[in-house]
Amino acid sequence: MRPPVYGLLAEFENPTALAAAARRVRERGYRRVEAYSPFAIEEVNEALGLHHNKLPFIVLCGGILGGLTGYFMQYYIAVWDFPINVGGRPLHSWPSFIVITFELTILFAAVATVLGLFGLCGLPMPYHPVFNVPRFAFASRDRFFICIEASDPLFDRHETAEFLHSLAPREVSEVAH
Amino acid sequence: MSSDRQPIPPTRPTGHQIIAPGHTFATVSDKISSIVLTRRTPLYWFIPFLIASALLMVFLVAVTALLVRGVGLWGIKVPVMWAWAITNFVWWIGIGHAGTLISAILLLLRQSWRNSINRFAEAMTLFAVACAGMFPLLHLGRPWLFYWLFPYPNTMNVQPQFRSPLVWDVFAVSTYATVSALFWYVGLIPDLATLRDRARNRGARIIYGILAMGWRGAASHWQKYETASLLLAGLATPLVLSVHTVVSFDFTIAILPGWHSTIFPPYFVAGAIYSGFAMVLVLAIPLRAMYGLQDLITMRHLDNMAKVMLATGEIVAYSYIFEAFISWYSGDKYEMFAMWNRMTGPYAVTYWTLIFCNLVFPQILWVKKIRTNVVWLFIVSVDVLVGMWLERYVIIVVSLHRDFLPSSWGIFHPTIWDVATYVGTLGLFFFLFFLFIRGLPMISIFEVRTLLPQAEVAEVEQ
Repeated sequence: MRPPVYGLLAEFENPTALAAAARRVRERGYRRVEAYSPFAIEEVNEALGLHHNKLPFIVLCGGILGGLTGYFMQYYIAVWDFPINVGGRPLHSWPSFIVITFELTILFAAVATVLGLFGLCGLPMPYHPVFNVPRFAFASRDRFFICIEASDPLFDRHETAEFLHSLAPREVSEVAH
Repeated sequence: MSSDRQPIPPTRPTGHQIIAPGHTFATVSDKISSIVLTRRTPLYWFIPFLIASALLMVFLVAVTALLVRGVGLWGIKVPVMWAWAITNFVWWIGIGHAGTLISAILLLLRQSWRNSINRFAEAMTLFAVACAGMFPLLHLGRPWLFYWLFPYPNTMNVQPQFRSPLVWDVFAVSTYATVSALFWYVGLIPDLATLRDRARNRGARIIYGILAMGWRGAASHWQKYETASLLLAGLATPLVLSVHTVVSFDFTIAILPGWHSTIFPPYFVAGAIYSGFAMVLVLAIPLRAMYGLQDLITMRHLDNMAKVMLATGEIVAYSYIFEAFISWYSGDKYEMFAMWNRMTGPYAVTYWTLIFCNLVFPQILWVKKIRTNVVWLFIVSVDVLVGMWLERYVIIVVSLHRDFLPSSWGIFHPTIWDVATYVGTLGLFFFLFFLFIRGLPMISIFEVRTLLPQAEVAEVEQ
């Protein structure tokens, strides 16, 4: 069953208040919680228990794939597909393949970083319910928000709202779907 | 990001005097976004933009003429077949390096003062690489067949020669352009979201909305975003060093006296950063005055950039001196002749002008009064840009025009089309740059926010 609202959004004025609120929300046992801020705040990540990050692994895979692609592409072309005999010099002249191997490692790893970032964040995302709160436009300027989502097992429209009010926010609003 | 690490994220401020006092998150966001969104486009934007557009037309004419008539239109002829085109290529791509240095290397070194200059420096990189890429392409003779440089299955059954530094260069420069563009765009996303939320005009909201891709500043996104920035910086750092190294391989792998030298890779990288910082200063000094950004791009930024310029300038000076010393010490008569020919041959004037521009005059940067005087800084920066262009000219033309065999010596004379193509790329560069400062935030808003003292999370009693 779909809950009647997406969640409850509380607005704070500064990063300290947001980090404190995030800690309290976690202590209270809420897990489906997201914080929104105009810049990254390490303390909020810690308060919300955001430690796990798959991105470095994705980038490592991209880099390894790039390096292998670079080297074997050159090996295949120079040795099998289009061998050129220059005075009997070896076809598999590996030192001269290093530059392109390196460049493709970087290229693939960088592309993997960006695609991985988009993939893990679910971007591009044309619609998201939090934008239904008009004041959320300030999340990209100078305001800090915390949202407890209705899918959280502990979520109760009135109790959770009361709890959020106890954190001394500027305002608490319901987020429509 | 484990919790046992030091709780200082990389973009956290180390000194608050980087941004003038009195700013808040709101004033910073509004001030930078208003340049794009609400302020009237000023006359001092239109005038340089129109000049740049006129020069862009010159470029289009020069390219059209080149496509119709061929590269013989330029002054290149045996033995000097590279001349201005490759000089300009190396010059432009070197300029681009400062942007990557500022955005990647200074990020890894936690130099947070870079936060207010990295955006437009990265844009400069992108446009400089675009201009650089023009020259080898146009120099191909048949630029419409440029894709022959890449390996792909084709009916001719031929493939590129991977033992050639020119093919390495294709991969290095195209990787550099791609990675710079990705880094720049990823860096723009949070600011595009700010513009989307601040824009009152529906069209602007849609365009910035599409470009921001639904960024909403979620903590779980910021966490990945910060990792992605660091990873991209970590990838761009060896890349930028490799690109000019590979560019220098274009010369050093050849056996020509004056080119065949192991000193080239570090010397080229230092020279690239030297000229790049000069270009950043040439752009930053008028921009901050025009848009009243002295409180965000402060004297401390200019002073720091001047110091980087001075340091890389000393590396370049050391390389010049050692280049001359090694050619004498080698005892090789061709090497000695190449150096002697630079100093006293038909192009001696360019050599000594280059020594003055790059080695002598910039020494005034040792004086703090000069480093904190915008007029002098501007003059030194232009001087370095001229000097670095001459350096590449001396390396390319002067080395090529007299090689081993006196019977194949010659003299290079540039034609009006050489000049038109070069000046045209200046037009292309400034055309793109002025479009950028009109349409996108030229200072990274979200990174400047982290420089404010309010961005610290105060310790609270649990």
